[in-house]
Amino acid sequence: MKPTTETELSEAVAQANGPLKISAGGTRGIGRQIDGAPLNMTGLSGITLYEPGALTIVAQAGTPLAEIEAALASEKQRLAFEPMDCRKVLGTSGSPTIGGVIATNSSGPRRVVVGAARDHMLGVRFVDGTGRVLKNGGRVMKNVTGYDLVKLMTGSYGTLGVISEVSLKVLPTPETEGTLTIHGLSVERAVAAMSAALTSPFEVTGAAHLIQSDAGSPETLLRIEGFEASVAYRLARLKDALYAFGDVQTSGAQSPSDRWREIRDLAFWADCADDIWRLSVRPSDAPGIVARLPAGARVVLDWGGGLIWAAVPNATDLRAELGSFSGHATLIKARGEVRPSIPIFHPEPTAIAALNAGLRAQFDPRGILNPGLMN
Amino acid sequence: MEMPAPDARVMARKARLVSRLQEVLPDRSVIHDPMETRAYECDALTAYRCPPLCAVLPGTTQEVSDVLRICHEEGVPVVPRGSGTSLAGGALPTADCVILGVARMTQVLETHYNDRIIRVQTGRTNLSVTGAVEQDGFFYAPDPSSQLACAIAGNIAMNSGGAHCLKYGVTTNNLLGVTLVQMDGTIVEIGGAHMDASSYDLLGLICGSEGQLGVVTEATLRILPKPEGARPIMIGYDSAEVAGACVSDIIKAGVLPVAIEYMDRLLIKVCEEFAQAGYPECGALLIIEVEGSPSEIDAQLALIGEIARRHEPVAMQEALDKDQAARIWAGRKAAFSAVGRISDYMCLDGTIPVSALPYVLRRIEELSVQYGLAVGNVFHAGDGNMHPLILYDANKDGDLETCEALGAEILKLCVEVGGCLTGEHGVGIEKRDLMGVQFSSEDLEAQMAVKDVFDPKWLLNPAKVFPLANSETRRAS
Ligand SMILES: Cc1cc2nc3c(=O)[nH]c(=O)nc-3n(C[C@H](O)[C@H](O)[C@H](O)COP(=O)(O)OP(=O)(O)OC[C@H]3O[C@@H](n4cnc5c(N)ncnc54)[C@H](O)[C@@H]3O)c2cc1C
Repeated sequence: MKPTTETELSEAVAQANGPLKISAGGTRGIGRQIDGAPLNMTGLSGITLYEPGALTIVAQAGTPLAEIEAALASEKQRLAFEPMDCRKVLGTSGSPTIGGVIATNSSGPRRVVVGAARDHMLGVRFVDGTGRVLKNGGRVMKNVTGYDLVKLMTGSYGTLGVISEVSLKVLPTPETEGTLTIHGLSVERAVAAMSAALTSPFEVTGAAHLIQSDAGSPETLLRIEGFEASVAYRLARLKDALYAFGDVQTSGAQSPSDRWREIRDLAFWADCADDIWRLSVRPSDAPGIVARLPAGARVVLDWGGGLIWAAVPNATDLRAELGSFSGHATLIKARGEVRPSIPIFHPEPTAIAALNAGLRAQFDPRGILNPGLMN
Repeated sequence: MEMPAPDARVMARKARLVSRLQEVLPDRSVIHDPMETRAYECDALTAYRCPPLCAVLPGTTQEVSDVLRICHEEGVPVVPRGSGTSLAGGALPTADCVILGVARMTQVLETHYNDRIIRVQTGRTNLSVTGAVEQDGFFYAPDPSSQLACAIAGNIAMNSGGAHCLKYGVTTNNLLGVTLVQMDGTIVEIGGAHMDASSYDLLGLICGSEGQLGVVTEATLRILPKPEGARPIMIGYDSAEVAGACVSDIIKAGVLPVAIEYMDRLLIKVCEEFAQAGYPECGALLIIEVEGSPSEIDAQLALIGEIARRHEPVAMQEALDKDQAARIWAGRKAAFSAVGRISDYMCLDGTIPVSALPYVLRRIEELSVQYGLAVGNVFHAGDGNMHPLILYDANKDGDLETCEALGAEILKLCVEVGGCLTGEHGVGIEKRDLMGVQFSSEDLEAQMAVKDVFDPKWLLNPAKVFPLANSETRRAS
């Protein structure tokens, strides 16, 4: 099935008599493999409204991300939350769509300051599991009219409704950017350095730590963006502020964005045969958690330590290895079928699991939308 | 505004309810004397009043849970309350309800600068959250004008905003976790000091749910390092059109000020008289604030000034020092009180696409003439969140009704141009009956289905947000 209008989509869902497997670009194969009649969303495509002066864009869910980024770039604007391109690390092909970005709440290094995809979502149209066309939010920047189902739909992996249209807040693309690099820090010192940077007034928009880098020793990277003179000023001030962490190098405008794109996409793990986990943690807990990872794990810290990417041997039950911690772990990539005993999404406490199940029963009473994907 | 008739069976059981509540709460935390319950008869939407059956002031999450469990067993509606500054009637009681106030829960539970978080009990006021961290160079960003009084509880329930939200976002963008007590007394932890949910974004759902899904007793909030400095500039124009075009050009130029505020002639005059802020006389005043080091501020203000000059302002003045900056903001933040001094008023809160600004202001003027009531405008221009203030006389027969009718027309206009009924104050009872203008009955069904999950008996703040006709069968069951 490949609907080209919201009405067709609604009919397709209403008439479905079994599970539907929703896909668009097919680049984000996260979640348990499920069976179901394919529902391809790429037919619902196109930007419906773009108002640069109001910082808003509205697009149908199947619109290629590249099309949106190109339209924004022509007005020197962008999606500030830096959605990840999963193709390299997951070995997928195809063209990512905005619907896929939103359904997975995909956000990159800048999330730590500007928020996630969910923070930039202004409105959503979707079709629930009975075929009803519903809307929530709108296209304006501030809106508290009724419950925020926009947030509920964002990151729900298609299990509560099939998103047909999204409206997003966009932001100006800064004139330039610069990156500070510190070599050779331990995880503990790196998190301390990133915290120092993120608690400085210099508006750091990226704070990542690569334990195994091409340079041979660990690298801690800090990004600053803005107008030329301001970036130069803040890089210099931040460098001074971090003197206690050793030699701090500045890479100016000569395209540090490639580095940040690599970090965003985990591009350096393109041929990784290990399982890849994504952990959202309290930043100050990061050193302790990294220390408990299995021997040989490869690790990238982002969000100042709040996000840990870990590549560990196949079939490791990472949650069991780590014991309890505050936050959650998601298995992003695994070779072969994942053992049912290892949930892909972090198991929730009973009361929350009950609320989640209750919501699913309301929005998809027949249990046909990507059933089981989030188990 | 109609409220459902109180349940006589509940009211008849008052004595039993009070004694059960007294059993689980410390002395003097259950207020049931009709002389004293009057203190809780309204919030800042003072046109509507009704004393509750009783009010309770628990001090811990466990006490909140005990209260809710009892009310759940007894089938008594509960209206959560923070500081009672809601402009939408969100905390308005019914005669058969228990007001559950969190005003005594004001502790800071944890501050962690390296993790950039603070955890507080939700009765703590907005300003005193910043107060707890500012000596160390941090602040809590959402800054409603009511920040001296309003509680984090109400901020979360309403997803409140403020003047500086253009850059820092509203409450939902600065909230990392909550402790939520469900109507049956179940205590759940949602989120924490880490970011984003693992499965559904329940935190996002709870923020802005107007006290209808659970009682929020604790919250983990994002705190931010204070910028090196900040400075506002005032730019005056003759017309709304030109001011609107200037705002749009500034945004398109890639400058992102922390705040862009707008005031019309009436508000400029009233605020100037109240606060001696030094506002110029003109038809449309923009207050634009930027942040950074002194030289960064200079550079941004120079760019803004250059854009502004292209539109031929009638006045333009940078704040020269901290004192002047503070006065400029004092005038803006006192806008509602300043108007309150000269007249009764109703404050609307619709949001519109920024591009529709001139048209909407023109239409508001026409409607104001048509209904014979003056309307002043002060709002967050960067994000299109309007605050038309309708002036009326509460002592004059029929004036409130005319004012409400005019308000409804203005809000319909906001929706018509692609906006919404409320940008930051919430629906409460005030916009409840207009929800059908923005949403289909299926859209509303989908929202009510969420409440069914969290509060199947519909006991939490039941007569708010949804038009009574839409929620009737659920409330009755
Ligand atoms: C002069 C003035 C200026 C204002 N300026 C702004 C502004 O700039 N921006 C803005 O956004 N708002 C503004 N407001 C509106 C108001 O201050 C906000 O809505 C505020 O967040 C309400 O907080 P409160 O603690 O007073 O909540 P209350 O009025 O007590 O309650 C508000 C809602 O929250 C619910 N609630 C309260 N406590 C809880 C809890 N523990 N758990 C669950 N639900 C709960 C209530 O049931 C009610 O629905 C202004 C109000 C006034 C009077």
